[in-house]
Amino acid sequence: MDKGGNGKYNLKYRVFNPFPNSIANTLKRKVTAMISTKAFRKISDTIWEIPVDYKEGMRVPARIFATEKLLREMDEGVLEQVTNVATLPGIIDYAYCMPDGHWGYGFPIGGVAAMDVETGVISPGGIGFDVNCGMRLLLTNLTHEEVKPHLNTLVDRLFARVPAGVGSSGFVKISQDEFRMVVEQGARWCLRNGYGWPEDLDRTEEFGCVGGADAAKISNKAVERGFRQIGTLGSGNHYLEIQVAKPENIFDTSIAEAWGITIPNQVVVMFHCGSRGFGHQVATEYLKVFLSVTEKKYGIKVRDRELACAPFRSPEGRDYFAAMNCAINMSFANRQVILHRVREVFSEVFHRDPLDLGMHQVYDVAHNTAKLERHRIAGCLKEVLVHRKGATRALGPGAEELPGTYRETGQPVIVGGSMETGSYLLVGVPGGEKTFFSTAHGSGRTMSRREAKKRFHGKQLLQDMENRGIYVRAASYGGLAEEAGPAYKDIDDVVGATESASISKRVARFVPIGNVKG
Amino acid sequence: MPYAYLDDVATADVAFLAWGETLEELFIAAADATMNAMVTDLESISPSLTQGIVLESEALDLLLFDLLQEIIFLKDAEGLLLRVSRIEFMRTENAFRLVATARGEEIDPGKHEFVVDVKAVTLYRYRLEETPRGWEATVILDV
Repeated sequence: MDKGGNGKYNLKYRVFNPFPNSIANTLKRKVTAMISTKAFRKISDTIWEIPVDYKEGMRVPARIFATEKLLREMDEGVLEQVTNVATLPGIIDYAYCMPDGHWGYGFPIGGVAAMDVETGVISPGGIGFDVNCGMRLLLTNLTHEEVKPHLNTLVDRLFARVPAGVGSSGFVKISQDEFRMVVEQGARWCLRNGYGWPEDLDRTEEFGCVGGADAAKISNKAVERGFRQIGTLGSGNHYLEIQVAKPENIFDTSIAEAWGITIPNQVVVMFHCGSRGFGHQVATEYLKVFLSVTEKKYGIKVRDRELACAPFRSPEGRDYFAAMNCAINMSFANRQVILHRVREVFSEVFHRDPLDLGMHQVYDVAHNTAKLERHRIAGCLKEVLVHRKGATRALGPGAEELPGTYRETGQPVIVGGSMETGSYLLVGVPGGEKTFFSTAHGSGRTMSRREAKKRFHGKQLLQDMENRGIYVRAASYGGLAEEAGPAYKDIDDVVGATESASISKRVARFVPIGNVKG
Repeated sequence: MPYAYLDDVATADVAFLAWGETLEELFIAAADATMNAMVTDLESISPSLTQGIVLESEALDLLLFDLLQEIIFLKDAEGLLLRVSRIEFMRTENAFRLVATARGEEIDPGKHEFVVDVKAVTLYRYRLEETPRGWEATVILDV
């Protein structure tokens, strides 16, 4: 490389967003100090508004859905990010953050923004690298007592059959060409290949296959990175759990019954994973494409390069949407294959057919997506592009997008908690209209990974959990320590806040008894 | 170890600061910081095979982004754990180019202890900067 006369590299580049310690310290400060300032307008006990004069360039106000307690615990990084989202062209009504919101990259985790399809943008930073990271819940007709003697065998076999951790590959051996079909067909491909039941599709968001996926818009590198990973969990906060629905944890008996939760101490299986390396590669590649056009070609100034974007109707926007839809489908296929493996394992251990074990899927939800949806804007139904990053669609009763029972009850929403505390099944409600029918996706981290690793020790945690009746198999002890219960917000507070704000309602709470940790 | 992980930045992710007296040192340090976010002990990666990496970018900071991203890509696509051992920079008319030699081996769960999988390099508050002491970069990895 050329060196200038003073011996230094002669480089033309601009420092963007310097990040000295003073800024880091400000962003990790909790919101507490700001609540009484004019930065916040309290709309209700669970809705807090940050007006447009908070920051230059905000097109709409930001709204954080949280109790005062949850809001106080949020990092100021959430405020910075949700108000950055409010500056994006075409954003409708508000930039939202859900009660499990925390400091992420680009959008905050828990971020929701609906964009006008004609004037608005699409941004990979509003979806996340793990496109269609999501949750799936399935039932059994077994009770905790019936499962107890087989629990360790079940978890050990699930750990062996559903690979987790760095570099793992799945059992579905297909060519790269076949993989290109998978990403266009999603869970439907799985059914054609014997991995599932027809009813599973009805019980999956977008019926397991989102339209508009075009494999011509994905790179060979993305395919190379992902084609061996169908049927794998991944790592970090991804998991597969055996859980119990105790009678005292059923909040809406009639909906729980309609959805198949009918037996006291019924055992269910919940898992959390996404589109693996394929989705990560698609998002990374398009982030770079957008970076080169956001300002230069489209004159859009963003406050964070992670919010690089392009008009939804532009060639780059259309290409990314088609590629991102492929990643959504890869993830549906991934969870469908895992469902199949779970049924196999239970069937082997109990020597009964999975159908006889009542292993019906309740639902599968996506929580990192941008989707074209019809919503009522100023009284008229209109198609908008809803970004949800760490937020779940939660359609209320009567929604045309839902099949049979769910159209009557509202959509099941699966909210994964920490591996120690428990998870929730919620239902969408009419009040969800105010967030484009979006709600929380998990309990939300409150402690950094490094802090958790300092405080907790993986092997000790594993032992402690076993003493409390939760049998864990983990791909990594270090990774396990990072996922300790206290690293997360109190999930009861989070779902309570969604209920108080009328964006979703509790149906049941599940406690873990077995866990496969990525 | 010319890098440090930053506590309490971007709650669910991994942030690090890497530095070097020269640009080469910084790029090598940042690549190690990315690998070390996944593998507990970098010394457990034997340098038994060699992988060449050639990348080009219009911006120097994005050249580092591309290098880190390539290491993450090779981890999934080829199942390789790699450490950059040599790196050379060239300046073409419109771009920066790097030619790197990385050494490492295939993933062996019996040998390598993992912490967490890195999904991607984010551009949130991403920074590469020349300082009076040399070069430094701040990177947040999505895990």
